[in-house]
Amino acid sequence: MAKKNSRDRMSNEINAGSMADIAFLLLIFFLVTTTIAEDKGITVKLPPWSEEDPDITKLKSRNVFAVLVNAQNDLLVRGEVMDIEMLREKTKEFIVNPTKREDLSERPTKAIITLKNDRGTNYETYVSVYNELKAAYDELWDEMCLRKYGVKYSEDLPLAWRKSIKDEIPMVLSEAEPTNFGEEK
Amino acid sequence: MSKFSKGKKKPQPAISTASLPDIVFMLLFFFMVVTKLRDSELMVKVSTPFATQLTKLEDKSLVNYLYIGRPVEKFRSTYGTKPRLQLSDKFANINEIPIFLERFRVKIPEGQRTKITTSLRVDGQVTMGIVQDVKTELRKANQLKINYSAKKRPE
Repeated sequence: MAKKNSRDRMSNEINAGSMADIAFLLLIFFLVTTTIAEDKGITVKLPPWSEEDPDITKLKSRNVFAVLVNAQNDLLVRGEVMDIEMLREKTKEFIVNPTKREDLSERPTKAIITLKNDRGTNYETYVSVYNELKAAYDELWDEMCLRKYGVKYSEDLPLAWRKSIKDEIPMVLSEAEPTNFGEEK
Repeated sequence: MSKFSKGKKKPQPAISTASLPDIVFMLLFFFMVVTKLRDSELMVKVSTPFATQLTKLEDKSLVNYLYIGRPVEKFRSTYGTKPRLQLSDKFANINEIPIFLERFRVKIPEGQRTKITTSLRVDGQVTMGIVQDVKTELRKANQLKINYSAKKRPE
């Protein structure tokens, strides 16, 4: 008899009706405070600071791909005005030099890209130019990786693979001290 | 007529709400996971530009944020409209960056300090002058790993 009684008590459920209310309250709190993280961006490694003046090294002009951006957000690439849509293709052509032209880089390891902007350049323009230059390298790495290993380039690949690719096409992007013509007052 | 009255006699079964808490909890957990509590109120307007070659910032605890943008409406009268730098929750000068970085650095175990990334959350409509100064200051402070925060460009 007593046994039956205790089982009766066990089968009594805790009233879970308010559970939904509590959960809703929490849910609404998180809905309101949420900002879905968009922590993505272009990762860049800055060169270390040194007080000394940099060594002036003479480079063959065929190996230098100079990109200038002025305060009006116009592009000047190797002395010619260029649209930003063209930049990626031109950069790739310069680095690989598939047709062995005299005025493009001798080989990818010698290619140097220099980027110089003005203090009045829009940040948006700067980022999209940087993005195009980086994209040119990323695409070249992808193509080479596909040829050599049959997969696209990514940071998850074995270190030896990544190194062999970066040895052949190293990313050399030097940023010059900006000019100051169009800084906003 | 009799046909319809027959149907009406059937007792309406109540919809069971027993699984409602489970559904809500599922939603709750989803939002708890994707949520990032805003650690500082933004005093500058930051709308990051679009880009395609993005990398994801992996370890959030090793990231510190610098905000650069024009002051929002309510600070315009005191701070003007020129682009400003915001560190944690107040406007700052460029020369306060080293202290800010050092404060962050001491909280990180020594072995991981080289992995600290500085995320530059910069408004697209800001001119490069202030960004350049910040970059120079970061180089001087030997904080070389940076990330230009950007949004994925829609195809």
